[in-house]
Amino acid sequence: MAYEVNGQVVEHDEEGYIVNLSDWSRELAEEIAKTENIEMTDEHWEVVNFLRDYYEEYQIAPAVRVLIKAIKKSMGPEKGNNKYMYELFPYGPAKQACKIAGLPKPTGCV
Amino acid sequence: MSDTKKFLYVNRKAPYGTIYALESLEVVLIGAAFEQEVALAFLDDGVFQLTKGQDTTGIGVKNFSPTFRALGDYDVNKLYVERESLEERGLSEDDLQEIMYEDEDDDWAEKPSIRIVSRAEMADIMAEQDVILSF
Repeated sequence: MAYEVNGQVVEHDEEGYIVNLSDWSRELAEEIAKTENIEMTDEHWEVVNFLRDYYEEYQIAPAVRVLIKAIKKSMGPEKGNNKYMYELFPYGPAKQACKIAGLPKPTGCV
Repeated sequence: MSDTKKFLYVNRKAPYGTIYALESLEVVLIGAAFEQEVALAFLDDGVFQLTKGQDTTGIGVKNFSPTFRALGDYDVNKLYVERESLEERGLSEDDLQEIMYEDEDDDWAEKPSIRIVSRAEMADIMAEQDVILSF
């Protein structure tokens, strides 16, 4: 199973998370978002970039509760809330945004 | 059931070489979602898990030590480290990485999560727990 971006083949697991984190690119993110029926906007990118920074710093993909709390702290309560985040990523902000960000599935997600 | 239980995760092994340390941390992160009262204890070689400046490039495994600093986000802010275990290994508190959390009840003041305790205090901490998980 793989995504294809600009003629490059990027392997992913059975749930769509990429296997090698270093394969990630913005183009790939757009491609993954398509398979999730998400049209990437600046607001989506803001969350995806936040997740990538979080992973860079802590080496984990945070659980959804932790993600929303962290977003609230850094971007304010109008973004750090369930409604806003689920509007951007209807099938789970942590799950979908992590997939698009090229991170592993969040620890604790089943 | 709304009662919360006190969980203590006891870490006695060095961070790499076996999977225990990483597995323990993963269980802590998963368990933190269940809103129990969670604390971690580090003794014996387990104290090495918290040392700063870990570099795993030579052994080809992930350096997961930065993840300890995310524990505050998961409301896990009690990391008990046994003083005698540190001393027996020639370590002191200065060799450990700084792990902070924000205290919700104190205007989000940043406070250290690591608490150095004596062997006798560690025994008391263990006696207070409802559940102890050893790794």
